[in-house]
Amino acid sequence: MSVSNRKHSTTRMVPAPSQGIIPERDLGSRPVLEARHLGIEFGGLHAVEDFNLIIGRTEIAGLIGPNGAGKTTVFNLLTKVYQPTMGTILLNGRDTAGMNTIQANRLGIARTFQNIRLFGNMTVEDNVRIGLHNQLRYGMFSGILRLPAYWKGERAQHERAMDLLSIFDMQDLAGHQAGSLPYGAQRRLEIVRALATNPSLLLLDEPAAGMNPHETDELMANITKIRDQFHIAILLIEHDMNLVMGICEGICVLNYGRIIAKGTASEIQQNPVVIEAYLGKRKEG
Amino acid sequence: MKKIKRFLSGNAATYAMVVIAFLLCQLALSGLIPGFKMSRSFRGQLVPICTWIVMAVSLNLTVGISGELSLGHAGFMSVGAFSGIIMSAWLLSAFEMENETVRLILAMLAGGAVAGIAGVIIGIPVLRLRGDYLAIVTLAFGEIIRNVLNCLYFSVDGSALHVSFNNPNLPGNVIYKGPTGAVGNKTISTFTMGFCLVIFTLIVVLNLVNSRSGRAIMAIRDSRIAAESVGINVTKYKMMAFVTSAVLAGMAGALYGLNLSTVTAAKFKFDTSILVLVFVVLGGIGSIRGSIIAATLLTVLPEVLREFGDYRMLIYAIVLIVVMLFTNSPSIRQFFGRILPHRTRKGGDAQ
Repeated sequence: MSVSNRKHSTTRMVPAPSQGIIPERDLGSRPVLEARHLGIEFGGLHAVEDFNLIIGRTEIAGLIGPNGAGKTTVFNLLTKVYQPTMGTILLNGRDTAGMNTIQANRLGIARTFQNIRLFGNMTVEDNVRIGLHNQLRYGMFSGILRLPAYWKGERAQHERAMDLLSIFDMQDLAGHQAGSLPYGAQRRLEIVRALATNPSLLLLDEPAAGMNPHETDELMANITKIRDQFHIAILLIEHDMNLVMGICEGICVLNYGRIIAKGTASEIQQNPVVIEAYLGKRKEG
Repeated sequence: MKKIKRFLSGNAATYAMVVIAFLLCQLALSGLIPGFKMSRSFRGQLVPICTWIVMAVSLNLTVGISGELSLGHAGFMSVGAFSGIIMSAWLLSAFEMENETVRLILAMLAGGAVAGIAGVIIGIPVLRLRGDYLAIVTLAFGEIIRNVLNCLYFSVDGSALHVSFNNPNLPGNVIYKGPTGAVGNKTISTFTMGFCLVIFTLIVVLNLVNSRSGRAIMAIRDSRIAAESVGINVTKYKMMAFVTSAVLAGMAGALYGLNLSTVTAAKFKFDTSILVLVFVVLGGIGSIRGSIIAATLLTVLPEVLREFGDYRMLIYAIVLIVVMLFTNSPSIRQFFGRILPHRTRKGGDAQ
């Protein structure tokens, strides 16, 4: 099957070696992410508990749940902003115990933020170049003394940044101040910046928040395009059910810090526990 | 017109400004400008102006570019000043090095190196702190340096350098005597060397800001969490900015110390750190060119106001307040925004 023809509707989810399901095509390769019995406690409160998730190499997965269910906490655990108090996280097969955010990023995990965190005073291009920080490097002294390494590095960064911006047709905005962009463009720029770090797993925290239906449709197409073009896995938190049901292959539903359901879009839609979590319990009688 | 605007907003204009000011001063010094004679007191201010420019630009690297409020910048300056003085005296005694320019350059390098080491030592614990706490600890550092220097004695005996703590009885020629400071220095700083140091500082700071490392430093200032999420080593780049700033302050200190025949540690009090911070804030946090202009004007101003006698510092303070109000007025900013091209700020407000 050619890469571009992949459709969620044709994805067959199969049981993975450990708890979880991944698309059939990813069975042959090592999963990007494996979280086992992951949990964190904040002073006795279990924000996330017994979280098990496995994500295939080219899977688009969704993490949904009512407000306060612990979705962003899961992202913070996976990116090591918080250190889990229980369980393990394997990134590309490597245990991330004791690592910090920077090391996790170098292992191949990149993210966007729910409340946009761009470098607002800097240009769009500089934001992407900061994402390329560990990809195209040269030292401090080459920079100060303007050695050949500086010119070579800067040119390479410029070309790569423009390449990446072209995913969202944002090359024309390269010289603009990032903070002055419209909301939707800022969200897209955050995705570009995360992609610049060359991740194997991209975490998107509510990428469609604040977008109109037209922009959301475009975003859906772009997320699939990014997955196909970069051959990476994507895990997204989203409240827009059209987006989640439209592009996510595996969906994981979280409530009160615990996974209440896992499965494909159609399975989740019919799951009575999920319906109850979202809509409440029907009164008997 | 567009070309002029682009030039005015670029770094080239900053260099041009400094070079033109230097050439004008040189012309005035050699009496080539008819009808204008530089007064003695103003001539004495030329090296201090260079010193304060370097101090302001280097502090701007910490406060404006890296976004850390440091109140101990004079501490690095004093470390640099006394290392420079001792280096110069030692070179003279040990190698009978008569060439003053070479001695000054080596003294400045020594001052920068020692201040840089001090920067590393202070930076390791201090850069874990944020905001107000960092300001308090750097302030304490400045005071500790001053008090330690009050107890140290240095002497050169041939090619040997002697150090003692609280004991003035040292063999050879004592060059630094605790509370009395360094007395009887050979003053070897020149305006030309001061100008060279300013240009050196500008090259280091402006090139650093417009490079991969500089972008990382500014990224941490704008959003530490986002910077970490793209794999930027926060401690490393904060340290880089802090130590570079300390090295430049140390070099400025050596230039300053070797311009005076008597220097005491009391010269580098808390007031001095605040004075440099005033230059930075007045010139615009993050604006290198602003720091240069503010440092120059505020160094010259007390001399110009000398004719007001007792009211000198009162008028100085009033001028400061008026300028602060003036530069912060939205309508004035709008005016400058219209004549200068729209440009994304390289430096922004410290968070």
